[in-house]
Amino acid sequence: MNFQLSEEQSLLRDSVERTFARIYGFEARGRILGSAEGWSREVWVQMAELGLLGLPFAVDDGGFEGGPVETMIVMEAIGRALVVEPFLPCIVLAGTVLRAAAPALRAELVPQVASGALTLAFAHGEPQARWDRADVATSARRVPGGYRLRGRKSLVIAGGIASRLIVSARLDGARTDPAGLALFLLDPAAAGVTRAPFRTQDGRVAADVLLDDVFVADDHLLCAPGGAYALIATASDAAVAALCAEAVGAMDAALALTVDYLKTRTQFGVAIGTFQALQHRAADMFVALEQARSMALLATMALEEDDARERAAALSAAKVQIGRSGRFIGQQAVQLHGGIGMTMEYKVGHLFKRLTMIDKEFGDAEHHLARLADALAA
Amino acid sequence: MELGFTDAEIAFRAEVRDFLRASLPDGVRRKMAEGRRLDREETVAWTRTLNARGWAVPHWPVEWGGTGWDPIRQMIFRDEIQQFPAPETVSFGTLMVGPVIYTFGTRAQKERFLPRIARLDDWWCQGFSEPGAGSDLASLKTRAVRDGDTYVVNGQKAWTTLAQHANWIFLLVRTDPVAKKQAGISFLLLDMATPGVSVRPVQTIDGGFEINEVFLEDVRVPAENLVGEENRGWDYAKFLLGNERNGQARVGIAKARLRRVKALAAASLDGAAPRMADPVFRRRLAELEVEVRALEMTQFRVIAAEAGGAEGKPNPASSILKIRGSELQQATAELLMDTLGPAALVAHEGDAPSGYDYARGGAATYFNLRKLSIYGGSNEIQRTIIARSILGL
Repeated sequence: MNFQLSEEQSLLRDSVERTFARIYGFEARGRILGSAEGWSREVWVQMAELGLLGLPFAVDDGGFEGGPVETMIVMEAIGRALVVEPFLPCIVLAGTVLRAAAPALRAELVPQVASGALTLAFAHGEPQARWDRADVATSARRVPGGYRLRGRKSLVIAGGIASRLIVSARLDGARTDPAGLALFLLDPAAAGVTRAPFRTQDGRVAADVLLDDVFVADDHLLCAPGGAYALIATASDAAVAALCAEAVGAMDAALALTVDYLKTRTQFGVAIGTFQALQHRAADMFVALEQARSMALLATMALEEDDARERAAALSAAKVQIGRSGRFIGQQAVQLHGGIGMTMEYKVGHLFKRLTMIDKEFGDAEHHLARLADALAA
Repeated sequence: MELGFTDAEIAFRAEVRDFLRASLPDGVRRKMAEGRRLDREETVAWTRTLNARGWAVPHWPVEWGGTGWDPIRQMIFRDEIQQFPAPETVSFGTLMVGPVIYTFGTRAQKERFLPRIARLDDWWCQGFSEPGAGSDLASLKTRAVRDGDTYVVNGQKAWTTLAQHANWIFLLVRTDPVAKKQAGISFLLLDMATPGVSVRPVQTIDGGFEINEVFLEDVRVPAENLVGEENRGWDYAKFLLGNERNGQARVGIAKARLRRVKALAAASLDGAAPRMADPVFRRRLAELEVEVRALEMTQFRVIAAEAGGAEGKPNPASSILKIRGSELQQATAELLMDTLGPAALVAHEGDAPSGYDYARGGAATYFNLRKLSIYGGSNEIQRTIIARSILGL
């Protein structure tokens, strides 16, 4: 067992951390959040120039053939800097689906994605699904030359800004049947697509997508029934592992800010970090962080696990730990900062909000604990 | 020992509830239930409705508009308001500075200020904390220098709640720079329209605006606005903070929030299976209900002891109210947010998509209520009080 990063991986980490430290300070981020667009194409292009947007794609397709560890490194840096640009939806989620697409589509799309010219979003979740990956009510109907889609996709991160959407829809079967699903590539400008954009609680751009008898041509069927559910699961698993890494970055930053504050804030004539009650709280935060870090590594390793049950168990276990550590560290980081932690003018509150929302994506701690509990009875 | 309420107390509870049903606008009740902030006008209108009924300041002396209710009736009244849920009056006036004025103020101050607090003609805010004086409040630095029949005040106050609505502020200021900490502090009343006062709103992490910084630059305060004696302000502040503590159990608010959780959990939100079908969820809800009942019983004990005339010496149990009250507010808000599932992600500012109205106020309330374990003496400070004053450690 070896948890050391390779030389290339260390270089990647250093260059990503350095870049975000330079271009993504708290004030720069505030300007991006405050802009009408809600994200920065300029930052996106800089991420492309670093090679991040081509990271998970095959060299032959125009990528850099990075694996789960490389994604983990990038996501941790994203978490630390609270980057709102859509790396997770576009590169991790949609990227996973795109890697499995037909050669012609890959040849057309991967270079554009890697250069930052084309953004993708993964429109899979639905209002009633509550993180059940197989729960898809959106229907696809076979018509001459293609399909017609009808339904509502909810809380699609980057759904309002993406130049293409990857949409799941049901060709066959009951609403929660894993079989019968297919994946389509959709141009949001197509007739019948309505996007209702909004911001998430932590300031990212998102949208609900309404599909009213939208035509998709045959050659934009990304994945037919038979393989679609497995591909949705693979993409979602990658997203869980990526979110775990992002959370570790955010927790690490929250603890670092808190420890710094404990050392510098004085009350009663001493630094408040001299109070043992607060020292112990900070120590508990550190324990929670390291447990989360361990589980983020487990989640990353699990992506290459062939046994589906093992993989699911490891990813759920990681998401439970991340949810709990994130909640504890987020709450305590605010608490130990006092009033300043409650304001939008200081980073720690934003870290707390992001950690809270990470728990709400791809299943919260309770959801994954229930999955693990169900597996015990199976 | 007589557990339970008398028939007269039960009838009184019904009377309060009937009044709330008849008098509180539906829109305000809905906003309260969803944890949304009221407009200034809504708060003023409601305070005047209460005042017209004679219920704006029930705990005050009858001479100044109080009802003469015993502590148990006062508690029943507060509980009914909270769980309705209806707005409470602006505490900075009715619970904080009002009692300081009628206890320590001059006759002229009482006549001038008290009726205006009860009607909310004056909206008061609290100028205690400073950037460098939080938990260690006595280290405050804002200076007041006597110049003839005025004080000249310079300094900065922080975390001033709803200062943007306020026209008066009560201040702790240092009048004796030489005396040790607590000894040199005075309690001043300041009209915020006075030249040299400026207010900067600070956005909180729930996206709202309720806290402010208040800057004081060569502000001249008439000496007649000094409360009590110069350099005795710390005594009045301790009196004020002691009154604040009993209001912090907020059992009624926790009950109202758990009622909303139950309604949400019983419904099929967006067509998903009702959360109430999940035994783990029901267990978490049941656990919180147990904790709320325990807090409610503790509150009954504190208030019954008060009604029995054991005032003066603080009841050890009263120190629990701030800690458990804030923790349960936070835990119920957390459960409410978790009940919403992924819909908690939606920010309800501006362009929220249709279909998520049920999630309104979910995450924002959770974020906002983190303040409860910070302000009014952080929970760490409260634990130190228990350890030192009660356990003698």
